[in-house]
Amino acid sequence: MTFQPQSDFGTPASTSEAQVSLTIDGRTVTVPEGTSVMRAAAEQGTAIPKLCATDSLESFGSCRLCLVEIDGRRGTPASCTTPVEPGMVVHTQTPRLAKLRKGVMELYISDHPLDCLTCGANGDCELQDQAGAVGLRDVRYAVEADHLNQPKDHSNPYFDFDPSKCIACSRCIRACDEVQGTLALTMEGRGWDSKISAGLGSDDFMGSECVSCGACVQACPTATLIEKKVVEIGTPERSVVTTCAYCGVGCTFRAEMRGEQVVRMVPNKDGKANRGHSCVKGRFAWGYAQHQERILKPMIRGDINEPWREVEWEEAFAYTAAELKRISESYGKHALGGITSSRCTNEETYLVQKLVRAGFGNNNVDTCARVCHSPTGYGLKTTFGTSAGTQDFDSVEECDVILIIGANPTDGHPVFASRMKKRLREGAKLIVVDPRRIDMVRTAHIEADHHLPLRPGTNVAVLTAMAHVIVTEGLADEAFIRERCDWDEYQHWAEFVSDARNAPETLEPVTMVPAGELRAAARLFATQPNGAIYYGLGVTEHSQGSSTVMAIANLAMVTGNIGRRGVGVNPLRGQNNVQGACDMGSFPHELPGYRHISDGETRKLFEADWGLALDPEPGLRIPNMLDAAVDGVFKALYVQGEDILQSDPNTKHVSAGLAAMECVIVHDLFLNETANYAHIFLPGSTFLEKNGTFTNAERRIQPVRKVMTPMNGLEDWEVTQKLAQAMGLDWRYDHPSEIMDEIARLTPSFAGVSFDRLDEEGSLQWPVNEANPDGSPIMHVDGFVRGKGKFVVTDYVPTDEKTGPRFPLLLTTGRILSQYNVGAQTRRTENVVWHPEDLLEVHPADAEDRGIKTGDWVKLSSRSGETTLRVTVTDRVAPGVVYTTFHHPATQANVVTTDFSDWATNCPEYKVTAVQISASNGPTDWQEDYQELSEASRRIAATIEAAE
Amino acid sequence: MSDTLATLVRMANQIAANLQHEADPVAATAEHIELFWDPRMRKMIRHHGTEGLSDTAAAAVQQLAASQSAQ
Ligand code: SF4
Ligand code: SF4
Ligand code: SF4
Ligand code: FES
Repeated sequence: MTFQPQSDFGTPASTSEAQVSLTIDGRTVTVPEGTSVMRAAAEQGTAIPKLCATDSLESFGSCRLCLVEIDGRRGTPASCTTPVEPGMVVHTQTPRLAKLRKGVMELYISDHPLDCLTCGANGDCELQDQAGAVGLRDVRYAVEADHLNQPKDHSNPYFDFDPSKCIACSRCIRACDEVQGTLALTMEGRGWDSKISAGLGSDDFMGSECVSCGACVQACPTATLIEKKVVEIGTPERSVVTTCAYCGVGCTFRAEMRGEQVVRMVPNKDGKANRGHSCVKGRFAWGYAQHQERILKPMIRGDINEPWREVEWEEAFAYTAAELKRISESYGKHALGGITSSRCTNEETYLVQKLVRAGFGNNNVDTCARVCHSPTGYGLKTTFGTSAGTQDFDSVEECDVILIIGANPTDGHPVFASRMKKRLREGAKLIVVDPRRIDMVRTAHIEADHHLPLRPGTNVAVLTAMAHVIVTEGLADEAFIRERCDWDEYQHWAEFVSDARNAPETLEPVTMVPAGELRAAARLFATQPNGAIYYGLGVTEHSQGSSTVMAIANLAMVTGNIGRRGVGVNPLRGQNNVQGACDMGSFPHELPGYRHISDGETRKLFEADWGLALDPEPGLRIPNMLDAAVDGVFKALYVQGEDILQSDPNTKHVSAGLAAMECVIVHDLFLNETANYAHIFLPGSTFLEKNGTFTNAERRIQPVRKVMTPMNGLEDWEVTQKLAQAMGLDWRYDHPSEIMDEIARLTPSFAGVSFDRLDEEGSLQWPVNEANPDGSPIMHVDGFVRGKGKFVVTDYVPTDEKTGPRFPLLLTTGRILSQYNVGAQTRRTENVVWHPEDLLEVHPADAEDRGIKTGDWVKLSSRSGETTLRVTVTDRVAPGVVYTTFHHPATQANVVTTDFSDWATNCPEYKVTAVQISASNGPTDWQEDYQELSEASRRIAATIEAAE
Repeated sequence: MSDTLATLVRMANQIAANLQHEADPVAATAEHIELFWDPRMRKMIRHHGTEGLSDTAAAAVQQLAASQSAQ
């Protein structure tokens, strides 16, 4: 594909159903009512010159370049701000217009440096293009030297700001306001003195509120805001559309390339999840793909105390297969297992679970979704019948009230947060249930109507209390319930929630949420026409994670908020392919498509296709695998693309489990923490180096396309296939599309999915089948997948993890915008400038009691272990609660977290750990020992020889 | 009690506590264990007896043992 910039229609599309016909330059065009004349012209192929308009932003009408003549109207109106009218006759090119436009252009150019040949944006500059389009050939005014020597701002690691090239079109300001919602930029001064400024005049971009989303860079028509990579490498020459490999929003991008080098990632305007927006991670943080620490050759070692020995792929596969066979023969086939990755593609995940079930001969396969959204699967399947969210992201545009519980969208799901903020600025109401004052509670032009700062671990109590208010105050949507749900179950549930012990007043001492505030929030949620619930890991990662998901489902059903746009239950998924990993049969009790392994009919289907018998018994979950390893009966583990040592709870237990195994195979980009205990390392490929699909939080299946050759030589699905072949399985996939064909053949909700269809449609939301050939943006429209919606009684059961005199504080964990999960990728990019270390947030009262100040080192200890990190004192957290992130291995926040987990799924209780903090002056013994072990474990033999 | 067994006892109690409002909490607890635990874990809890188990969890484990011996 040769390079074509994305088309720009000048103003946003109108969503009106009414159509209007008009004539532009003698041709008739029909467009939706509310469309601008500029857009109507663009749709018929006429590009009216423009500078201040772009179709991601509302029209502004400041540059006066887009003038047109309209029969019967005086003057020359701006086409970007003039809506079409029936029968209108428009002329876009007349001698009068040409003269006016040239005049406007001449003024712009007179105040612009004429260094086009050496400018980073040469060939990719709208000012240059428009000067050509209006036929400007000479400039009569003297260049105003004042504007041309302003200092550049290089403070952002990814883009530069050169004010001397600014034409004051304000596209950047409007992008930051309208698209991103951060409102970081302002225009200072007037007329020729106008100047864009990030925050106060004295601030640079780094020192401002800017979150580096890149929306302003994308909107800027000149080289004023430009990616450093474009300056360094040059403009791109081809582009490939692919999907972000970071979070569950699933933004699609155009990877704009020169040869095999990525020049920049530009958010795809046609991306149905992101609608042309992105965050700092997807847009800028892809440099890890070429990081020097990437391992490109397979390595093996007999013992984890030995240095690694690089080998050829063939030897690696033969050795791995022999080891697995040896262990299976000496300890039995149940001593083997595998972990699939929520970062890998659907096709890769599918193959890993197939390798375990068909090659290892058991169901010991699990996924990192175990530690994040497994309760979503259980809870939504039980209540609604499908293990997935009910809406698409566009649905937020019709919400009247949004309830966010246990999610921090501005950090975890930034692009969706921007869309949510847009809706909130339009007037939707907001309720936030979170122990921390997350940014959504109060941010530019947004203030939550209610913030319920609950005590960590009491989600179920808060949701049940809300249900109590709704039922006892007669706010339940009885018509919906009678039609869509099981009425007897509803009555049983209604009786339970109405009990006085579930009243907000009774529960206040437990939840710490003021009863009056909770009542008001419940009334608000129940009385708005469209109420939607968005939740994250603050819901699932608890001992009652699954119950909380069911309590959320109850709340949606009792208020009739299911089955149409603007409502629904929306899990915000952490990693890019959490949904897909779950769909692909990564759980030990389920085959692809969430069908229980004990279901003989489904098993038969797979047995016929795969040509062998399957084990009908559920296998081990990750924590159970580790327990079994410590017990000496689980001996070999294949881990694709995950770092369980850093991401899973109770690090000491994880390391004991790994250390007890005889063959740990890590398939990853880097020598991660788990690899310290590995015997075989298979180098992985990045999302830029492979083909496949990811499925985002909206059940949207989107293509991942190879833009460069894998540096390690093989795509990840090829590695798994070759390993399977070495173990004697007759797999012959030539391309991931063939794996998807198999998935579609065996999984009813994927029946209509194929790579060809994805190429045609861009994306598809499952179920895609005979009943929904084009996919399903909204689920449960005419009835629940399980038949009747099921109300489940969710009684509050306090966690076993209790505070006491030794551990009086509650630790809860989370993440921040610039870093991703265990940080393996983002720590290897410039994103570290925003988050060089994990910090512990402590409330001023708790800090004062302990004589601790911001910047101090503290020891954080729990019943599981202790670590040290630095403190930031803030009232974002409530008294008695402390908070940290887990992006850095040096901190090892999970040394402190416990083995406690969700009752139904064993999803770890990351969000509640009883801890104590005390002043400290350095790392703990564990941190020091671990550092030593890591360094020793990462030795590679060739390097040692070279050094000697 | 081994660490693993202690974990299984805790898990069984948690399941029973969260299913106490089901029509038949004992059967629901037994079914949950049957559906989600691997055979070795089920065997361990069946052979463990009732120590540390809540009444519902203990009855569920007994039910599992009975259905196992009936097979
Ligand atoms: S990068 Fe994003 S947040 Fe920063 S100024 Fe530009 S639009 Fe605003
Ligand atoms: S920085 Fe770019 S987008 Fe912003 S006003 Fe200047 S030219 Fe326009
Ligand atoms: S990390 Fe998430 S929000 Fe950011 S660009 Fe990627 S998919 Fe979009
Ligand atoms: S593009 Fe219409 S006024 Fe600038």
